[in-house]
This record gives sequence, structure tokens and C-alpha cells, in this order.
Amino acid sequence: MAEKQVKIAKGGSFLLEPTGSYRVFTPDDFTEEQKMFSKTASDFLEKEIIPILEKIEHKQPGLVPSLLKKAGELGLLMIDIPKKYDGLGESKATSMLVSEKMARIGSWAVSAGAHTGIGTLPIVYFGNPEQKKRYLPRLATGEILSCYCLTETGSGSDALSLKTKAVLSPDGKHYILNGGKQFITNAGFADLFIVYAKVDGDKFSAFIVEKAGTEGIQIGAEEKKLGLKGSSTCSITFENVKVPKENLLGEIGKGHKIAFNILNIGRFKLGAGAMGPCKVMLAEAIKYGKVRVQFGKPIIDFGMLRRKVADMAIKIYAGESMAYRIAGMMDAGLKSVDEDDVVKQMEIIEEYAIEDSIIKVYGTEVINYVADESLQMFGGYGFTEEYPIERPYRDCRVDRIFEGTNEINRLLIPGTILRRASKGQLPLFEFIARINSELEEKSKSRISKTSGPLAWAVRACELSKRVALYASNLAVQKYALAIQDEQEVMETMANMIIDTYAMDSACARTLQLIEDRGKTKTRVQMDIANVLCQESYDRINLLARNIITAVAGDEAKKHFKNLEKLGTKGRIDSIKIKKEIAAHFVEADGYNLSAS
Amino acid sequence: MKIGVLMKQVPDTETKIRIKDDASGIVVDGIKWVMNPYDEYAVEEALRIKEKKAGSTVTIISMGPKRSVETIRTGLAMGADSGILIDDPALEGADCYATAKALAKVMEPENFDLILCGKQAIDDDSAQVPQMVAEFLGMPQAMVIDKLVVSDDGKKATCYRRIEGGAKEVLEVDLPAIVAAEKGLNEPRYASLPGIMKAKSKPFKEINLGALGLKAEEVGAKGAKLKVKKYFLPAEKAPGKIIPGEPEDAARALVKMLREEAKVV
Repeated sequence: MAEKQVKIAKGGSFLLEPTGSYRVFTPDDFTEEQKMFSKTASDFLEKEIIPILEKIEHKQPGLVPSLLKKAGELGLLMIDIPKKYDGLGESKATSMLVSEKMARIGSWAVSAGAHTGIGTLPIVYFGNPEQKKRYLPRLATGEILSCYCLTETGSGSDALSLKTKAVLSPDGKHYILNGGKQFITNAGFADLFIVYAKVDGDKFSAFIVEKAGTEGIQIGAEEKKLGLKGSSTCSITFENVKVPKENLLGEIGKGHKIAFNILNIGRFKLGAGAMGPCKVMLAEAIKYGKVRVQFGKPIIDFGMLRRKVADMAIKIYAGESMAYRIAGMMDAGLKSVDEDDVVKQMEIIEEYAIEDSIIKVYGTEVINYVADESLQMFGGYGFTEEYPIERPYRDCRVDRIFEGTNEINRLLIPGTILRRASKGQLPLFEFIARINSELEEKSKSRISKTSGPLAWAVRACELSKRVALYASNLAVQKYALAIQDEQEVMETMANMIIDTYAMDSACARTLQLIEDRGKTKTRVQMDIANVLCQESYDRINLLARNIITAVAGDEAKKHFKNLEKLGTKGRIDSIKIKKEIAAHFVEADGYNLSAS
Repeated sequence: MKIGVLMKQVPDTETKIRIKDDASGIVVDGIKWVMNPYDEYAVEEALRIKEKKAGSTVTIISMGPKRSVETIRTGLAMGADSGILIDDPALEGADCYATAKALAKVMEPENFDLILCGKQAIDDDSAQVPQMVAEFLGMPQAMVIDKLVVSDDGKKATCYRRIEGGAKEVLEVDLPAIVAAEKGLNEPRYASLPGIMKAKSKPFKEINLGALGLKAEEVGAKGAKLKVKKYFLPAEKAPGKIIPGEPEDAARALVKMLREEAKVV
């Protein structure tokens, strides 16, 4: 199955293309090798991390660095590093799958992720051959550990406003760094720092700073955080730090390209990785629900708890379908690119910036939802440290904040779509013109003729795309470029687009499964797609109405009429179907729909 | 040294076992398959010997359906050199005897200096195949071993096993011999990611009965001396009882229960 060609679609085109019209990569398509990678990662967590979690969470000195080195020996830190520099040069899907397994313990995951992701990738993608040769082989094995220094006390979301300054020394051999960084993961033990600073105070640039033998680097005290207690988070001060000129990363004044592209990758990995702990929490909640007896029966037999199980599973199914779809497209694109052609590689990764933001927002909100609902299923015990949800509940809260807040990412979603449409890179306005002409047709629009095994859900998805774009278009017409400042409208548009991508990805995956295995073996996935599509469609309609009300004034009535033309025929009984979905996962003792 | 390791693919220990409607076996749909944990010790031990004795090779041998390839590959990813899978529809329904016969046949021409395996497979828990293979090959056997020392000249092996009362029994066997691993023999390594990538290109062959020179009636269900009539799940265990109260009262209540309810004292 993994051999089937996936299509390299354009970023954002899911809004415009018919649902399920091309092959996508899904968690049903992992290769034998990917499953083996995944097993090594889970075994490592099971045997090396979980038994000593208490010590990790209390930051026993030297423990996390030694575990990172152990993980390095197994190859768990070298997935994204090219073979040429002693890495594995593996696919994004593999990298995502391993992140999912590592994410089971939040503080471990961010320590490893800060090293392999934001700490290593800037050199992978932007380092010169000399820098790559010097650092990557040692980063691959964990011999040296890295961290990423972008955020400052005064610049978080507004990263470009940072104040750290770099000035070339009079002899021209060094850059002299001065400034301070905030909330730096791995700062407590890192050997290498990827530091962003402005050359001469105005040219945004990046540097590789080695700790060994460098004077003037001061690491602050460990932050006392709500969660991720085992990970090191400190401030760092650079005082007249001499960085060899050769350690400038990329070009002077182009550091923002490094920062944003690396964040893009971090985003989809974070959103995808979040599905790992979601699956663990759901399984824990179901198992507990089976043994906890109240009113004479196991609480898992109560309808409200079953409804929770169903909703958690539905969101996990959607979340992983969304994430691996993009990993698959990136991999298909990257396969034909030379290992050294970084410009082309970045182009391919950047193509999916819209989806990266969507996956980040969706994945991190799903994990917060699942943490909350699974904790609820444990009742009072869930609130105690002795039971398994308390820690991930605290750990996942920051997911909505780092790697670009969900607010920033929500602005990026419609913002990027509009920018690409206006540049002619995405035929958005052509599609909107088509929606309008469909609405004018006397007969029911074309999409009402949707047929096939998942016709109802696919139709709801097609209609949702139209509703979302119809309403968004009215807002764009009204505000034009000033729409950037209408944050509430932008947020509403983002929410409609996120829902659409979730539906489209879940339907595409389910259609493929039906094709590959037949309907009888795809029952629960079909149920999930149907419920997800109905609920998303309802939500999108409500949001569209809010936008219309806000922007259309006297014309609102006319537009509401058009929305009615884009209505679904009939409704499915979501209460009943969720009972069936819940029964599946209760029987399976957890989430069992991905092949790893 | 030329080392062979017998390996079986079994359901993951956390698998929820379901019985087929006609009670003829377990439902294999959706099962996650892993290497029999006792065989993992055998693979690890083989790799450790290989690391000590230059020029040694480790071959993994398994009998089972096509999917067993995945588990053989795990062994290759851990560091074994090659793999052999005996896969033939006629092998379906084999008991320990028929299995051992086929395994012995495939190993005969390999002339291994040492054959390692797990003491039993955790699926059917028969613990008979290693002994039978030893008989078929006419080799000495050392079963349930938790420490193994191979002599420097590779001619002898000293094997340790726990016996009742915490004592150890020490066996010395001439090689070639077959040694079956008990828990505690070692701590199996993980399949490293680079190891997994290398496993793909390691020699692996699949052989059927014809190639083995065995007839269908000698192996599989037809060659089996034992037939499983029916599979069923064990009865569900009743929940335990907690006796509340002061230790003295609780003890009294416990004795009363043991006498009157359980009728064991």
C-alpha cells in the first residue's frame, strides 16, 4: 500500500479540489521499516524513560543529557540528518511517527525535539558544507546537544523585534554578541546554541555558538513551570561573546528565513506528535472506566462517558489523517530532490505552510481536549498525581503557546491563503466564481450528485468548502487588505478552514481504506467520517453566518438564502453513531486505527 | 563460530486474545506480532558471542507464515547476519514434533557450532521444540539456561540454570549443542535505527517443503502427533476480597473464610 503514489498537491489546494480525488499518505500506509523505527522508540520510552520518570521530572542533574546520548546511540536523534553527515536521511513521515512515540512523555519529547528539530535543522538546511561536516555527525549521535535561542523577554510572537546584537570585531575575525534570550529549552545542558541576533542592530541573522571555550555565556536559573518539569528551560545572557566569523549561519540579514522555515517544520511535528499522548490518555481512560464501578456498574457503560470516548477517538483520527497527509506530500516532493539542494527542499517544505499551521492548531487543541476529557473520566482520582492524566494535562498546556501561538498560526492560515491567491499561486478566486455560478444555476448544484460509498460525508465536506469560502469572500470584499487587522474575522475564517481540512483529510483516508479493504473492514472509520463531517459542517455554517452578519449589512438575507442552497440533505443520528464508535474503542481498550 | 537462532513470531504480550467462533484457533485479525521474548534472549546471546569471537555469524531461523519475515528482520536489525524462513501452506497445523522435524531439517546442512533458542514460546507454552530439535540433530541440549560461557576454543559450553532452593546447576556440553534461554540470560538490545535500515539488505531466504526435501505427510497437521481439539479462554477470575478491620480481627475473619468458604484449611 505504501508503494501507491501519493499526489504532490499544492499547499492550500484542499479547499478547492474535490474530496478524495487523489491518493494521500495516511497512518494506514506505514512501511515495515517505519513500524520498526516506531517500535524502537516506544521500547526506549517504555524501558529507559518511564521507569525513572520521577527522577526526570525532578531534574536530576545530568540525567536527561545522558538519556539523550543513549537515544543518540540508538539512532533516535539522527532521523532528519542526511546520510552524508552520518544521519539516516529518513522521511518526514518517519520523523513524525517517531515524534509521536517520543511525545508520550512531554518533558522528554521537548528535550529530544529541541535538539533534533529547532536545534539541528537550522544547520541541516542552512549550514554550509564546512558547518555541516563539523556539527551534524556529532549532533546525530547526541555527542553534542543543541538548543535554539530566538525568544527574548521583549520579543515572543513578534520575533523579528528581537534586540540581541552582533557586531564584527575590529580584526574582522569574530562577531561580538550581546543580549539576552528567554525560555530556551535545553539551555541548562546544551553544548551548541543556534542564536538569532541582529548584525549592527538591524540585520536579522543566525549564528552557531559553541559553549566550550567561549566566554560570556551565562545560563539563568531553571524556570519553575506548570508542566514539562523534567525539561530544562532557562534564560541565557550573552555578554561580549566572541563567535568566530565562520559560524554565521546562512546570510547576514536572512536569518528570518531560517527562523520561520524551521518553525514551520516544528509546527507540523508538534501537532502530529500530539497524537501520540492522545492515544495513550484515551487508552488509560477506557481502562480505568472499565474497572471503576459506580451505581453498580463500570462507569465506561454510562452514555456520557462513551460519548467522550467517541469524540476523543474522532479527533485523533482526524488529527493523524491531517498530519501524515502533509508528511506524505513533502516526502513525495523531497524524494526527487538532491540532498544538497536546500533551496528546493525549503520550497517544498514551505509549500505546506498553511497546512503546518492548521496541524499545529488542530493537534495541540485536540491534545488539550483529550487531556481534559480523559482526566474527567478519572473523576477525583484524575486530579491526583498518582493517576496517569495529571502530568500530561499539565504538560500539554504549553503546546498551544510555543512554536508560534495558536493565535499567530490562526492569523497565518487565511493570511497565507490570501497572499498566495493574490499572487496567482492558488486559484481561489476562480473557485469562488464557480461557487457563485453554481448558486445561480436553477437546478441543484453539481455537488448534490455526489455518489459513492461515503457520499453523505463527502458531500458535507464539499458543501463546507463552499460555505467557508463564500462567507470568507464577503469579508475579503469588504475589508480588502485591511482584513489583516480584523482579527476576529480572520480567526473565524481560520476556524472554518481548519475544520474543512479535518473533514477533507478524514474523508480522503476513509475512502482509500474502503478502496483497499472494503466497507466491512472500514465500518468504524466510516462512522467517524460521517459524524466528523456533520459536526464540522454545522460549525462552519454557524461561523459563516457570523461573518455574513458582521460584513454584509442589509444584504445579509440574500447571503443566508445562498447558504441554504448549500445545505446538506438529511441528517445522520450522531448520538447513535457515536455509541457505535465508542463501542469499538472500548472493546479495543484504546485507539487502534493507525498501523503502528 | 557459526551460530543459529531459532525464533518464533508470537502475539504481543498485551494482545487481547479472541477465540474463533468454531473454537479451532485464535482470531489473528488485528493482532500485533512480536518476537517471542525468550527468543530475544537467544538472539542477544548469539550477538554477544559473535562480538567476542571474530568471524562469527548469526543466522535466524523461523517457521511460520509470511508475516514472520517482519520478526526475522527485527533480529537482523539487532545485528544478526542472515535469516531463513520455512513457509509452506502444508506446514499449517504442525505440532511441536512436526515443527522440530522441519527446523532440524533446515539446520542440518548449515553445520552450526551452536544453536540458541528461547526455552519456550509464550503463545502455546509447549516448551518441547528445542529438545526435539536436539534429538533430531543428535546434539546435546541444555535447557532453561540463564548464564552461558563458551570456551575460548569454541569446543565446549558451560551452561548455568537455576534449580529449586535457589541453587544453580552447572552443565558442560560439547559443541555443537542446542541451548535454550531463560529470562535473566541477558538484557536484549534494541534494534537501532541504523540497524533497521541495514536489515533490509541482509541475506534472507524463504524455503518451502520441496526445497527442504520433506513430504507434506511428514510435517504440518498430517505429520503431527498431537491435535488440538478446541481452544477456549480461561474462566474469568473472580475479583479479590479485601478484609477490613484491625489485623487481629481481619486474620480471624480470613481463617474463617479459608475454612468455611474456600474449604482449604
